[in-house]
Amino acid sequence: MFGWEFPPHISGGLGTASYGLTKAMTAMKDMEIIFVVPKAWGDEDQSAVKVIGANNVPVTFRKVYYEGFKRAINTVEIKSEILPYVSTEEFFELTKKKENAEKRLYVQTNVEGKIDFSGSYKGNLLDEIYKYSVVAAVIASELDFDIIHAHDWLTYPAGIAAMEVSGKPLVIHVHATEFDRSGGNVNPDVYAIEKRGMEAATKIITVSNYTRETVINKYFINPEKIETVYNAVEPVYETEHVQVTKGFDEKVVTFLGRITLQKGPDYFIEVANKVLKVMKNVRFVMAGSGDMLERMMRRVASLKIADRFHFTGFLYGKDVFTMLAMSDVYIMPSVSEPFGISPLEAMLANVPVIISKQSGVAEIITHAVKVDFWDIDAMADAIYGILSYSALAREFTKNGREEVIRIKWENSARHVREIYEEVLSKYKII
Amino acid sequence: MNSANKKAICLFFEVHQPFRLKRYRFFDLGNDHYYYDDYTNESILRKVAERCYLPANNLLLDIINKHKGKFKVSFSLTGIVIDQFRLYAPEVLESFHKLADTGAVEFLAETDAHSLASLINRSEFERQVNNHRRMVREYIGYEPESFRNTEMIYSNEIGSWVADMGFKSMLTEGAKHVLGWKSPNYLYCNTINPRLKVLLRNYMLSDDIAFRFSNRSWNEWPLTADKYAMWINNLSPKSELINIFIDYETFGEHNPKESGIFDFLYHLPAAILKNTPFKFMTPSQVAVNLQPVAAINIPIPISWADEERDLTAWQGNELQTAALEKLYELTEKVNKCDDEQIKKDWTYLQASDHLYYMCTKFFSDGIVHAYFNPYSTPYEAFMNYMNVLSDFEIRINRINKTSEKDIEMLKYDELLREKEEIIKKQAAEIESLKKKLARLQGTKNKRGSRKTKSSGSSASKKQINLNKPEI
Repeated sequence: MFGWEFPPHISGGLGTASYGLTKAMTAMKDMEIIFVVPKAWGDEDQSAVKVIGANNVPVTFRKVYYEGFKRAINTVEIKSEILPYVSTEEFFELTKKKENAEKRLYVQTNVEGKIDFSGSYKGNLLDEIYKYSVVAAVIASELDFDIIHAHDWLTYPAGIAAMEVSGKPLVIHVHATEFDRSGGNVNPDVYAIEKRGMEAATKIITVSNYTRETVINKYFINPEKIETVYNAVEPVYETEHVQVTKGFDEKVVTFLGRITLQKGPDYFIEVANKVLKVMKNVRFVMAGSGDMLERMMRRVASLKIADRFHFTGFLYGKDVFTMLAMSDVYIMPSVSEPFGISPLEAMLANVPVIISKQSGVAEIITHAVKVDFWDIDAMADAIYGILSYSALAREFTKNGREEVIRIKWENSARHVREIYEEVLSKYKII
Repeated sequence: MNSANKKAICLFFEVHQPFRLKRYRFFDLGNDHYYYDDYTNESILRKVAERCYLPANNLLLDIINKHKGKFKVSFSLTGIVIDQFRLYAPEVLESFHKLADTGAVEFLAETDAHSLASLINRSEFERQVNNHRRMVREYIGYEPESFRNTEMIYSNEIGSWVADMGFKSMLTEGAKHVLGWKSPNYLYCNTINPRLKVLLRNYMLSDDIAFRFSNRSWNEWPLTADKYAMWINNLSPKSELINIFIDYETFGEHNPKESGIFDFLYHLPAAILKNTPFKFMTPSQVAVNLQPVAAINIPIPISWADEERDLTAWQGNELQTAALEKLYELTEKVNKCDDEQIKKDWTYLQASDHLYYMCTKFFSDGIVHAYFNPYSTPYEAFMNYMNVLSDFEIRINRINKTSEKDIEMLKYDELLREKEEIIKKQAAEIESLKKKLARLQGTKNKRGSRKTKSSGSSASKKQINLNKPEI
């Protein structure tokens, strides 16, 4: 499996989803997963999954033969700690391809012959993706496996590289598309990578029918190739009781997520402004960070609601639970949300949720207020209602929790396994 | 006295360090009421004290003794920095006290909080100035007669308030956009109240020391005391007053000791006294000895900050205006509170530095804004400050609520006590009446006619007795 992040080093839902799914999948007896991330920090939870950091795989020769646009690996020679040697057959395969190479590209390695990765979404992302795929090919040529599973566009080139080197089938998992992230302002490079990944894959898993439609309509992929596997939620709250003493009387309305166009933080602020005009005993919290944070702060300041609207910055680990435990309403006004695990986490923490209809999670949840992301009035109404009528809040809390407890990763994992079996059976016939 | 012949040079140093805030998180709201980063505050103050305040004070003491009354200098220590000296470096306060004792040093008044109150609320401004006067008197042993506002903020109106408070002179920036063709090198007066003399900073000469002294790419580097005195002398035919106003941290902190800044300071008085017709004076002496040439009209507030010399360093973006507005919305509530810690926090939170950190114009003055700045971005500064302010508001509301309750409870207590006293009195009365009755009953046989009367009165008392529980 190729992923971009793994707990605890996560910036959003992708890491959470990859972790939940892999953990449930490895619980099955005859399934073994190797999870490759660009940068392994060393403190990942490896109890269930073996995590390999691409930054720890040495590439001996500091040049790599690589064919331009197609971004497919022709050859790469490695000195690896994973396997002690490369067999002669493999070596032959590798050198044979080398002779066919047309273009030579260089990959910067550090003194240990390893490639440095930042492991974040910053810096030269396309360059990182390319380097990641180089290492993916190295890993694929060394390890023994049956199927390749790539999570989101960042890892599609790696998945393809691994597929081409090993000849094993590729399943790609669409957690989000460029249309979700950009709000329509699509980056053609990213789109091209996504489309190529989808075309190369034997099977595509989408996290909701909402996303499946996007893949069909915007990437023109054969619907038969695409299957929806819903995400689930890790019931951590049952073991981890957070003791919270809220130091004030006001109710708390929480937005928790990356502060980017996709998540609709601007709508949240307008809603807050509306609600604060009619009720004073409420505080709004925007937890998270992102490229829109500064603009959002200026907006809050100019609306003169800064004394009732708080920013926490990015929250790590336990702070997320603390935040939820303090919340009276959780709101996810995403403009386009392929799935959205966080409302499920909120529901588990006994918080009533308001979600946008433009989200995958809306397909599987009934006990939540569903509104259009642009419908500020409806969101303000819902917040006012839940905060003012405790019976309403109680009803949402009780039913919501019952509902969400049934959404388990085991079910998702079983579904993914069925897809694997289908893919492998086809593959063997070929 | 022929004042036309008198030429003065006025040296003024600002001494200020804010109480920087610790990282205050949303979760702390209502739970944690301590806002300051003690470690950072103490270590910065100790560092600056050792590199600047103590050696510079000693040097000035030497110079004063050497020139026997010919060298004069003036200071303004904010109330906040005085508090920090008391906490972290009492020896600095003592050395300022020594400087005050020489009689060659004037200490100016300002707001104790180094705040922007003068832009918002006159009564709050006056309260802070009076606090500061008291602090200077108490800790430095000096009664201020001249005034300088936070970061040299000045307008006609602020000047008139200052004059009304009894100050003779006030310092501000010789900002080009208000002076136009006029020169800062004369004494001016306030337009509304001409009795207040206004001293304008010569920013060229001031910044030569403050910002350019150790800049090696400056064409005048290295700057020597003789060269500087020569520049001043060149101004002498047309100038009466040269105002050099700078941060005290210029000596030893912004310009390290190795740059020669202390040698420059040591030799400067001698060079000026020897080569120029200018005499050292403090702002109050300037006000007495020089005649103002005109009134200076400054309708819109100016300051000495940044290229613009306006208020945009503190009120330049939405974040700052929002923070400032929310801060001063609390004024009335704070005034209702009678809590020592609240008053203290109120002062420390008003320090203009908190708003300065939220400044988003990082062009020519980015370096200046970065001095001792605890935040990496202005947005972080805003986030943190607003959280602290929210907690502060929660506390005030709590105290005010409880104090309102207390007052109500006190009222009930008093009522209860009054009623209890009445009860006691009446009980005593009943007792005495009962005794009387018993006595009367004892003499009943003798005088039967009295009985009816007394029993009647006792019955009426009984009625009162019955009423008691209702009271």
